[in-house]
Amino acid sequence: MRVNGAVRSLEVEPRVSLLDALRDHLGLTGTKKGCNQGACGACTVLVDGERINSCLALAVQYAGREVVTIEGVAADGQAHPLQEAFIRNDGFQCGYCTSGQICSAIGMLAEHRAGVPSAVTEHLAADVELSAAEIRERMSGNLCRCGAYNGIVESIQDVASGDPGDHDVPETVR
Amino acid sequence: MRSFAYVSAPDVATAVRAIASEPRAKFIGGGTNLVDLMREDIEQPETVVDISGIALTGVEELPGGGLRIGALVRNSHLATHPLVRSRYPVLAQAILTGASAQLRNMATVGGNLLQRTRCPYFYDLAAACNKREPGSGCDALGGFTRNHAVLGASESCIATHPSDMCVALAALDAVVEVESVRGVRRIPLVGFHRLPGDSPHVETEIAADEMVTAVELPALPVAATSRYRKVRDRASFAFALVSVAAALEVRDGTVAAVRLALGGVAAKPWRAHEAERLLLGAAPTEESFRLAAAAELAPAVAQPHNTFKIELAQRSIVAVFRQLLAEGGAA
Ligand code: FES
Ligand code: FES
Repeated sequence: MRVNGAVRSLEVEPRVSLLDALRDHLGLTGTKKGCNQGACGACTVLVDGERINSCLALAVQYAGREVVTIEGVAADGQAHPLQEAFIRNDGFQCGYCTSGQICSAIGMLAEHRAGVPSAVTEHLAADVELSAAEIRERMSGNLCRCGAYNGIVESIQDVASGDPGDHDVPETVR
Repeated sequence: MRSFAYVSAPDVATAVRAIASEPRAKFIGGGTNLVDLMREDIEQPETVVDISGIALTGVEELPGGGLRIGALVRNSHLATHPLVRSRYPVLAQAILTGASAQLRNMATVGGNLLQRTRCPYFYDLAAACNKREPGSGCDALGGFTRNHAVLGASESCIATHPSDMCVALAALDAVVEVESVRGVRRIPLVGFHRLPGDSPHVETEIAADEMVTAVELPALPVAATSRYRKVRDRASFAFALVSVAAALEVRDGTVAAVRLALGGVAAKPWRAHEAERLLLGAAPTEESFRLAAAAELAPAVAQPHNTFKIELAQRSIVAVFRQLLAEGGAA
């Protein structure tokens, strides 16, 4: 398969998950294992541009596909706008969920651009504005046990609106 | 996870031949349920037949206005499809309330139909479970029963079916197409899943060597005014305590067409035939909705921790019909 733009061949048993293949066989430990059962989103990666839980994916099923992990989201040494926004807005504390959050948010923004509705979208036919409620619903597959949700939502809002943001001062102080 | 042999099937003919020759084989599509169950040692297939590369990924309009949905269409793609959103909004909404975006991107339509219960006693290898090990008993009975069934349960099993999508499909008169080396069969969705009786390990009408190839929806004008409401313990990414899929059409002050199905209350998506029968031709009033909901839930039997579901289901039914009425179920 292609991982972060480079062809990587590997031979694994059919029972090896995509998550374990990335971490243990390719040494890409940026993608994290939280629950290993599809409940937390820490293992989120992009496959052909779509976000999935790599812990529930058998690596053999993804032969020939294009996988992007957190190690592959920066371009030419320039951090991804979401990475910068997460730093600016305190979008993390311990950081364990962060790579999954960022890969998930990249997938989510692409879904939104493609007109995908969500469970809180009132009118299925209309264009959806990416409100905080929409972001929270669309990101509900990513848990953060440190509770950095406010910063995560602000970071995504910044990037969605193309606003570099100026949240250096916490909202409560401003 | 135990090791297993892996076979990738390029087409349906190869897939059904592979499964016919290997009794301990399982199909894998998106893997969101099977991989988890194999890791937990609940499913122990010796061979896994990968069908995810088969071209059953189309959503096609049928002559007459229905839809044919390939079994390997991913849940997220189905919910986003323009014809689903405009003609069967209840189906798009039901799918969007299920699981998380990542899981919906992986999970297939066929796999969603065949997913296993999330009863914690089914998952706990130390607990007795007639579904997992026929004849071993049911530790859910007398256990923590908040999430369990109130309709159609038995002494052997009180588990619920976890799907949201299937509740909408039950309301929409969907038909499931299955194929094996023996040929093709069509099974109405409302008869696809089984109530537990004394064999809760047999969950559906599909045979071990059959593969789901498609789901068909009939043309159903009433579905244009339809909705899904899901009540759960947290606002997102949780299974239903109770869910309601409903469609309503009112003409000349009476109910001209109605569809109703419930989730979270039984081992199968529960089509509410009794409520539909009472509502058809009745005045679309709060009172009629309440009576119909009460009649449907009349046979309900609660467990110690889920008595609330019986009232919650009735209120949810009334609330959805009220909303549909306000939204233009009246023509
Ligand atoms: S590790 Fe994959 S969802 Fe938690
Ligand atoms: S930053 Fe610690 S889990 Fe999210």
